[in-house]
Amino acid sequence: MEFLGHYNYWIAITLAMIGFYTVIARGNMVKKIIGLNIFQASVFLLYISMGKIEGGTAPIIADGANVYSNPLPHVLILTAIVVGVATTALGLALVVRIREAYGTIEEDEIQALDEPT
Amino acid sequence: MIGAHLPALQVVVPLIAAPLCVLSRRPLAAWTVALIAAWLSLGIAIWLLTQVLDANAPISYALGGWAAPWGIEYRVDAANALVLLIVTAVGAVVVPYALVSTSHEIAPERHHLFYAALMLCLAGLLGIAITGDAFNAFVFLEISSLSSYVLISLGPSRAALTAAFRYLILGTIGATFILIGVGLLYMVTGTLNMADLTYRLAGRGENRTVIVAFAFLTVGITLKLALFPLHLWLPNAYARAPSAVSAFLAATATKVAVYLLLRFVFGIFIAAYALDELPLTAILMPLALIAVFTGSLVAIFQDDVRRMLAYSSVAQVGYIVLGIGFATHTGLTASLIHLFNHAAMKGALFLAMGNVFLRLGSVNLDALAGLGRTMPLTVAAFTLAGLSLIGVPATVGFVSKWYLVVAALERGWWPVAALIVVSSLLAVVYIGRVIEVAYFRPPPERSAPVEAPLSMVVPTWILAGACVYFGLDTSLTIGVASRAATVLLGLAP
Amino acid sequence: MVLAVAVPFAGAILIALLHRFPNLRETATVATAALLFVLVVILMTDFRPDDWPVVELFEIFPGVAVGLAVEPLGMTFAVLASALWVVTSIYSIGYMRANREDHQTRYYACVSLSLGATIGIAFAADLLTLFIFYEVLTLATYPLVTHAGNRAAQLGGRTYLGLLLGTSIGLLLLAIIITWFEAGTLWFAVGGIFGDSPPAMAGVLLVLFLFGIGKAALMPFHRWLPAAMVAPAPVSALLHAVAVVTAGVFTVLKVSVYVFGTELVSELWSDRWLLWVAAATIVIASLIALRQDDLKRRLAYSTVSQLSYIVVGALLANRAGIIGGGMHMATHAVGKITLFFCAGSIYTAARLTNVSEMRGLARRMPVTMAAFMVGSLSVIGLPPMAGVWSKLYLVTGSIEAGEFGLLAFLLVGSLLSAGYLLPVAVQAYLPTTGANAAQDTGIREGPVACLVALVLTALACLALFVFPDALYTMIARIAVSP
Repeated sequence: MEFLGHYNYWIAITLAMIGFYTVIARGNMVKKIIGLNIFQASVFLLYISMGKIEGGTAPIIADGANVYSNPLPHVLILTAIVVGVATTALGLALVVRIREAYGTIEEDEIQALDEPT
Repeated sequence: MIGAHLPALQVVVPLIAAPLCVLSRRPLAAWTVALIAAWLSLGIAIWLLTQVLDANAPISYALGGWAAPWGIEYRVDAANALVLLIVTAVGAVVVPYALVSTSHEIAPERHHLFYAALMLCLAGLLGIAITGDAFNAFVFLEISSLSSYVLISLGPSRAALTAAFRYLILGTIGATFILIGVGLLYMVTGTLNMADLTYRLAGRGENRTVIVAFAFLTVGITLKLALFPLHLWLPNAYARAPSAVSAFLAATATKVAVYLLLRFVFGIFIAAYALDELPLTAILMPLALIAVFTGSLVAIFQDDVRRMLAYSSVAQVGYIVLGIGFATHTGLTASLIHLFNHAAMKGALFLAMGNVFLRLGSVNLDALAGLGRTMPLTVAAFTLAGLSLIGVPATVGFVSKWYLVVAALERGWWPVAALIVVSSLLAVVYIGRVIEVAYFRPPPERSAPVEAPLSMVVPTWILAGACVYFGLDTSLTIGVASRAATVLLGLAP
Repeated sequence: MVLAVAVPFAGAILIALLHRFPNLRETATVATAALLFVLVVILMTDFRPDDWPVVELFEIFPGVAVGLAVEPLGMTFAVLASALWVVTSIYSIGYMRANREDHQTRYYACVSLSLGATIGIAFAADLLTLFIFYEVLTLATYPLVTHAGNRAAQLGGRTYLGLLLGTSIGLLLLAIIITWFEAGTLWFAVGGIFGDSPPAMAGVLLVLFLFGIGKAALMPFHRWLPAAMVAPAPVSALLHAVAVVTAGVFTVLKVSVYVFGTELVSELWSDRWLLWVAAATIVIASLIALRQDDLKRRLAYSTVSQLSYIVVGALLANRAGIIGGGMHMATHAVGKITLFFCAGSIYTAARLTNVSEMRGLARRMPVTMAAFMVGSLSVIGLPPMAGVWSKLYLVTGSIEAGEFGLLAFLLVGSLLSAGYLLPVAVQAYLPTTGANAAQDTGIREGPVACLVALVLTALACLALFVFPDALYTMIARIAVSP
């Protein structure tokens, strides 16, 4: 049945929801970044899933192979992963600086500290 | 021979300037590199614009010699030539300004990193504008976003860090949505090239994947655009960033996001849906109107002038999206004109506030007392740009408002026309507050601020002067915008 | 024509540059004003009724050009404004120096700018040009209204700017854009620019225009006028008795004749309704004027009332009405400016602003009060002053239109104006006994320059009575198209 055949996509959607929820619902900044990562990972899964061709092998030219999976999504995802890494690195760096400046990384406490200004 | 590679150079020049800035440790050296890169980019953008207008056909450039649709293609037509011009012009004006303003706001050992980030941001924005490949647009979007997070975090107070973090979270969510949208489109068509997408999406409007892709793309882009209700990152980000950064971002980042929306919606999806079927109008217009009113209303109650200008930006973005929502040629022209005009106006306003911050160390309304007398040039520039925001005739703001109202009338929506006009009056209030304080209250006795240095006053006045000049000589803005609208609507190549 | 508009703007810059040399600066002001007047007179003598010179300057939007043209109404306005500017400059010199006002350079420069804008309005060939100069006028007069720089001035300025910009951007701009949208052009044309097929919205459009032209002070958008009285007397005199408000009613007349066309106006459903609003303004403003003790505020409400006379003339949309309106534009300007000059003179010489304190003043300030009497008679509309002719035409116009109720309002208005103006003049001649007597000691006449100015304008009131022909023939040409 098609429902089960598309399990990739269901996993991707579930992960996306988990990631998204974490970003929104958690006040801890590191957790937000984690949530963001999960969300991005789900998108990667989405792309790679669509690149798979039935019966296709890895997209590297080899003897004896006629059908290859689509290499383009792989390339795109490599780029997106790099972007994700850069974003995470930047986010964590900001968290470190925020910790130094505020003494906490909980968003509600930071907001309270920012209020009087 | 170089002329053939100009589209690539447009992005490559600032991109290479960035690591050069990192390598040149001394602030002045880094600044020089950035200045040269910014001005070169402006020259290239002007050249590209003239070429496109003369040839009346888009310039197509295959990156690395790989032909489209497999290779990445840079495609310059009237629409993005205009955007390129806006971004590079603002960059060329802000970099000289930044020399003095950053020395005051950022620690000296970070200056070269600041200019590197600025160049990366410039490269990213230009890349979004010039590329003809959907995924490439995402990549450049992230480049510009990441560098803008860095730029914002360099602001003078610790609140800049939280503003940057918030923007990072929300911006990445937006970008990821765009990524999903592009992926879904790829799934349906098998191509990433924008022109090819247009061709392959023809008549596929009913396909559920296409609809979902459209939705994801629109939401993602409107988040970058700061359209109500996805604008929450903007006020803090603009208010707490360094002055040069606020001016640069306010004048460029949202504009490029608008361009991206236009390119996707009108350039690509227009093939899938007829113009009337676009569900855009029903969604975008109410949101735009709400943005206009809430943005202006909240701006009135701000004490921090830069926050006020940020909320005003939310309102102005509302106007631009309103023009898009009309989904007519006049409406699109109005949006594009306002793109240009708002860049000039907001740029001038933020630069003026940068001058004030340099001399006073504060941008609170109370601190501005009597500034009309002690910093006359700065306040005069602010007044001029403010009048333009209100829409006084003989300024650019008037031109935008005129076109927006005419677009509304063409659609027969008289109430919307009335609303556009009434909302301008709100701008009178918040600009009026600043002007009153600056001219009417006596300056405090102890401090006697002097006018800002020439390197900061001149860029401010260039932008303020542009507000008036392009309000009277509109051949450039209206001509190009009209052409761009035609192109986007698919009425001509 | 272009020179005429450019000269005052250039003069403003010159004045600003001469900041450090008061005498040179004053000379520059008077010289600029005189030059303008000469240019306008040259234009007038060259003016033929069948050939209206038109200059198209440049296009702001595709299809919408900015240009200048001379036509009878505009010519009248320009002559009026430029002549009175010369007189006001003389008056200002006397007033400013006697009161030792601050920021005199800013004052003279802004007045020059305002006059430039006024001439621009007078010679505008299309609605857009008119709108541009209209807004420039509002902005140029704002520093003048808030001249004193204190809290009261700031608040007054807020009302002034808020109401004027609010009506002009909110209502007038909308009306202009709708007009362009419906008619396809904004250039003024005799008989209106809507051609044979007026838009369905014409009635609403008329309302938008009338209320949008806030400078005509139609109720309820009249509050800026009394609020603007915080300005020094020369400002009130020229700008609010002549330039600003006259620009307002001038625009009303122009819109009525050249955008809608008189035939269309009389057919619109909103015409009668607006006519009653104007009539009500006449009477209500007069009633409020009666209760004002501050002389300038009384005169302000009088202006509101008189302006509606002109609006009535425009809305009556028949020949007599338009001519009456046009003539009243001129006669009211001359009369009102005299009155404001006197008010300023009284303030300068005696530091009095309230009517109740002005009893017996004529003994001390005979010239001023005599001029005041002359101005009052003109505004009321009694012979031998100029106001009588314009009132006559307005009355004729309303009789022709069959609006007898309106006629009653006009006459009641005149009676009321007698009620609030004559007592001021008369009581100045009464003997100084009783608690309200003006202080006897130390009051002399106003400064010489002020006296010269107000005598000139008072004489003009008389002159226009005796020789109304020039004014009449000029305005009557409106009905004749080239």
